[in-house]
This record gives sequence, C-alpha cells and structure tokens, in this order.
Amino acid sequence: MKFIDEYRQGDIAERLAAEIAHATTRPLKFMEVCGGHTHTIFKYGIEDLLPENITMIHGPGCPVCVIPLGRVDDAISIARQPGVIFTTFGDAMRVPGSKTSLLDAKASGADVRMVYSPLDALKLAKKNPGRSVVFLALGFETTAPSTALTVMQAEKEGVENFSVFCNHITIVPALKALLDSPDLQLDGFLGPGHVSTVIGTRPYEFVPAEYGKPVVVAGFEPLDILQSVYMLVRQVVEGRAQVENQYGRCVNRDGNRKALEVLFDVFEPRDFFEWRGLGSIAHSGMKLSRKYARFDAELKFDVPGLRVADPKACQCGEILKGVKRPWECKVFGTACTPETPIGSCMVSSEGACAAYYNFGRLSKIAERSAAGS
Amino acid sequence: MTGEFTSSPLFERVERARRRKRKLRDEQITLAHGSGGRAMHELIEGLFLEQLRNPLLEALEDQAVFEVGSGEGRARLAFTTDSYVVTPVFFPGGDIGRLAVCGTVNDLAMSGARPLYLSSAFIIEEGFPVEELRRILASMRAAAEEAGVLVVTGDTKVVQKGGADRLFINTAGIGVIESPVQISAARARVGDKVLLSGTVGDHGTTILIARGELELETDIRSDTAPLHSLVREMLEEAARAADAGAVHCLRDPTRGGVATTLNEIALASEVCIEIREDLIPVREEVHGACEILGLDPLYVANEGKLVAVVAAEVADALVARMRGHAYGLDACVVGEVKAEPQGIVAMRTGFGGTRIVDMLVGEQLPRIC
Repeated sequence: MKFIDEYRQGDIAERLAAEIAHATTRPLKFMEVCGGHTHTIFKYGIEDLLPENITMIHGPGCPVCVIPLGRVDDAISIARQPGVIFTTFGDAMRVPGSKTSLLDAKASGADVRMVYSPLDALKLAKKNPGRSVVFLALGFETTAPSTALTVMQAEKEGVENFSVFCNHITIVPALKALLDSPDLQLDGFLGPGHVSTVIGTRPYEFVPAEYGKPVVVAGFEPLDILQSVYMLVRQVVEGRAQVENQYGRCVNRDGNRKALEVLFDVFEPRDFFEWRGLGSIAHSGMKLSRKYARFDAELKFDVPGLRVADPKACQCGEILKGVKRPWECKVFGTACTPETPIGSCMVSSEGACAAYYNFGRLSKIAERSAAGS
Repeated sequence: MTGEFTSSPLFERVERARRRKRKLRDEQITLAHGSGGRAMHELIEGLFLEQLRNPLLEALEDQAVFEVGSGEGRARLAFTTDSYVVTPVFFPGGDIGRLAVCGTVNDLAMSGARPLYLSSAFIIEEGFPVEELRRILASMRAAAEEAGVLVVTGDTKVVQKGGADRLFINTAGIGVIESPVQISAARARVGDKVLLSGTVGDHGTTILIARGELELETDIRSDTAPLHSLVREMLEEAARAADAGAVHCLRDPTRGGVATTLNEIALASEVCIEIREDLIPVREEVHGACEILGLDPLYVANEGKLVAVVAAEVADALVARMRGHAYGLDACVVGEVKAEPQGIVAMRTGFGGTRIVDMLVGEQLPRIC
C-alpha cells in the first residue's frame, strides 16, 4: 500500500539492523513509552532483528493498561444505570474491573456499545434523545483532542443527553514518575509519536537536561522504530543526550497549536490520577473544565469512585516500569492469559504481557528464560 | 528455531496452560462466545461437547461424516448445519440468502462431499418487508442452482418485534462422499504444504463497511461463493498427480479468519504450521481498510475461500488447477507444516521477524455471518 509499505521493507530493515549491531558496544536498555510501539515491535518481530545486547522495555503507554480497577468499576456502575447507553472503544470492553468487565455488564443487560470515535457517541445521543449517552474517554494527548472537539460540538448543538467519563491522561508526568523511580535502569527512551504530533517534542527536553537520558521521538512503522533505536544507540555511543525527532513527517518541536488550544479549553488537570501499577501521579489526569462541567459524567451520575488495590498476584506495576519482564510475573501465561486477564497488561493488544503472549512466546521467552535461568 | 523451546521450562508451562482442557468458567454468554475464537471453543468443548458427547461430534469438524446402508448400498454421507444472522441482510457481493446456501454447501464440500439437499428455516421479525424476503429467496434459489443442491424442506417462525433482529436463517445440508478420501483437520503431516484459494478478509471487511457506521467508501465485495466444484477439481487433480488422499485437510476460514482455522488444524494435528506473511494474498482495499480499522486481515472472515493442507508433491499441480477455477484465481502456497512446536501457528513477517499467530481472543466483529 502506498506510503505504508515503504516503511515495512525487509531488506532495508536488515541493513539497519546490521548498522545497529555494529554500533552497539555494550548492553543497552531502551524503553518504548508508547503501546503502539510495543504492538509494532511484536507484530513485525523487531526484537529478532535487534542484537542480543539491546533490550526493549515496554513502558506504560497503553492507556487501556494503566486504567485502574476502581475506574473500570465506576464505568460499569454508570453503564448499569437505567436509561444509559454507555459507549467505548472495543479494547476497553474486556478490561477487568474488581469483579466484572463492561463486556459482562453488557451481557447482563447494560446497554454498552462499541464506537470508533467519540463523534459516533454524540451521534447516538442525538438519535436517542430519551436516553443518556456516556462516552468512556481514554488515552493520552493523542485521543484527547477528538474528545475535546466532540464536547465542544455537543455544547454548540446543545446535546444535553451526552456526557464523557473522562480518563484522559498526560504522558509527561508519567515519564517523570518513571525517571524518579529508584529501581529504574534505562539508557534512553523511544518517545511516543502520536502524542508528540499534538504536544511536540519540547515537553521531553527535561529528560536529557535533568536526567541525562536521550529521547528519540519515533514513528509507528517498523522501519521508524529500527531507525529510532539506531539514533538512540548513536547518542549513547557518542556520549550525547538530547531530544531527537525521527518522526519529522508528522511531529515538530511545538506541536499542534490548534489541538493544544482545544485541550486547554475543554480540559483541566486533576490534582492526582491513579495509574494502574504506578500509583497516584500528580497532574497526570485530565477532567472536563468548569466551562464544560455539564458534560462530565462524574458529576452527572453517582459514581462509587472507590480506590481498589491491584490484585496481589499481578505484577503489572513492575512490568510497566520495566523492572520485571512479562514472563517473570508468576501468573503470566498460566492464570493470566488474554482470555482470562488478571492484569490489564494482558488485555489490550498494546499491553506488554498480551504482546509477549500473542506474538513473542515463540522465540524470545524461550531464549531469554533459557539464558536467564 | 525449534531447539530452544523444548529446553525452556517456562515455555512449556505456558503451553501446558494453553492446551489445558477447555473449561467454561463464564456465568453468562457474552458476544465473545460467538466470535469464532477461543471463547467459542471453550463454550463448545466445555459445555456442548460435555452434554452431547458422541464419537461423531467429538471430532469437532465442520460436518459429521458417517456411513449408512450395508453391502452394495453403503454410502458415506456428510451432514452439517449453520445459522446466519448477518447484518445488514444485503451487502455488496451477496445477501443473507446466498450466504445461507453457500456457507452450508461449503461446510459439506470441505469433507470432500458432493452437496445434495438443504433444509432452510427462517426466523422472521414481524414487520419484515415481503419484497426483501422475495429478493433473498430468489438469491437463495440462484445460489442453490449454482451449487447443484435443492432446498427440500423448511420451516418458518415469525416472532414479535424485538424478538429477533429482522431475519435469521438456519440451513442444514446433506451430501455424499463418493471417493475414499479421509479429509480432517487432524490429518496435517510434517512436510505438507498449506494452500489458500485466494485473498483473505474480503467478506468481514465488506460487512463492516456495509454497516455504514464508519463512513468509509470502497469497492470491496464479499467473496460469498459455493466451493464444492473447486474442491471436486482439487480432488481430481490430486488423484491424477498422486492420489486423492494427498489432500489432507480442508477448511473454509469463516469467523476468526485464516488465523483461527490454521490454529484449529495445528492443534488437531499436533503440528506447527509456519506461514509467510508476504505470500498471503490480501486485496489492496482490504489491506487499507483493515489498516484504518486496526484489524488484521488474517483474523477477518471469508465466505468463499478455503485453506488446504496437502502432500508437498501435489501442491504445485493443485495450485495450478485451482487458478483455472473462477473461485481459485489467486490460489497459492502460503506455508508448510513443521514438527515443532506442536499446536502453534508461526508467521515469518515480511519484515524478517517471526511471530505467533494465535487464536482470536474475544470479539472482533460480531454478526458477520
């Protein structure tokens, strides 16, 4: 396919891989922050192409994976209220709450529907004036602008039976929390490409400046990732630490001003937001601003809002921080599988555990555990 | 690539868990149980098979094959049934009527049978337009003529508004197996070649787009077609080149797509199936639509394609013969059968890496057939 297949050419990949292997002089650990990168890495078997001494750590950038149990319970409780049509992206349907998932709630009578965009949810609201339509908003700055525009549209058209259960999060506070965590050992970051189309590359400049770690903002095609790894290796080898932009075709330093304006208008930061496995992180979540408060499902409906501790057996937190690899979790692949997920890293195809289970079981697990044990 | 597995205790632990006897733990049926993926296998093996077990059902093939009569009058029959709940009922390349005939004809054909007779039962929601029903029946008649079958018995139920969504059709079919072939998902052998009769993902993508929820416009059409004559030619060709028994497995990759079908074969035959991504034919438009929707064409349903596992020595001859058939124009070899690791489908990506192609978990697209 034009403009896509060009970024998936095996022969160029081989040459890049050889360059990376040649340039890498010591063991290096890089984290890809974004779940989209994790997915690409597994889908194309990129780890097979990287030299042994490069380890990719799969970071907390899958919004479905970091949503805490309590918030899923809140979503289910809204979905179960009479008259509600609860809309969500497909991925979020199967995320386990403390007792059930939205998919179960749907089977036992709640009107839960899968949509492809928040605008579809707004359309549903207009079509069903007698019902209250709630959209489960999830994701980083990538998806937040489309939620914001939808809320603005709802206001403009006076669609009062539409509201948003907002779980939007921001990447920079999460990165900071990761960098401050004492058990983290990383040599650099693949910066999230989609988020950066909105926020630009400037917000990452504190990473090299304050923590001395290189960042390369990367695209999502397999060649993008290989090239970005190469750029990271070069920085390390040459003793540099800076923010570099591999995804120049979509990302600039200052981001998308229009999208940012919309975000600032519709959202305001929460004091704290809980991340699964990472705990509560200051200013890492967004909620609707006062101006749009009447579209806030948390104000419209009674939500329990309870904090629920992560299941004991589940080590999603360590895995999201890159301290543990998925297969080092005691329940990986046995009690916790994509069909019976205990932790949310096993639910989404962008989650590190599901990615390993689905795509990586074959070679990497066998190889690494043979080498490690 | 195989040596390291057996030495890995972790890999074995995960694989043991994966192959555990399927138990149905859920308390209620969710859409995932109808998706053609793992949840559906759990429902079938953990509940239906538990309650209704018998040697014919146990094979879990798409059709039951049994003998009737004795002596000269002995005949080997294939028997199958399927229900159709596709929405919308009309879509580019077909409709629920054509689908209801072709789906059942194909389930028969995959055993090597010549389809003979169909039954057809209709569950109709009150208010359904007679004109649409007439069009659907005309389409069934045309499909039945193409497939050389007769619809010889039927049933009609009308339910009140909301009791069903527009129209559901069930068809059952019976066919006769006239050659001594033994086709089964459990017969893949190491060294066999894996054949695909054409492009993947056409039907599922068409239905998704026909629902109009996505505001995508394409020229993709469903591939709904009866495959009995393609199968007949394949068996003839195999008999000419070696013997008809060289065709080991045949399946039509409907719900869950080619990925799920290959997994079923790998598990039933206790082999590894290795496919190559760059050999799998995907239409440009399907590739594009799936890219936008975040779907993998390997998991998207087909209604006029088959997967065959055949002895290596007949593979090229079969592909050549299939390409001469209207429903096999893009036929090709997409992979081969290896010994280890058992029960696994592995894919060499176009990018040079390898990944596991697992069974679909959860629901990808409901009500596509």
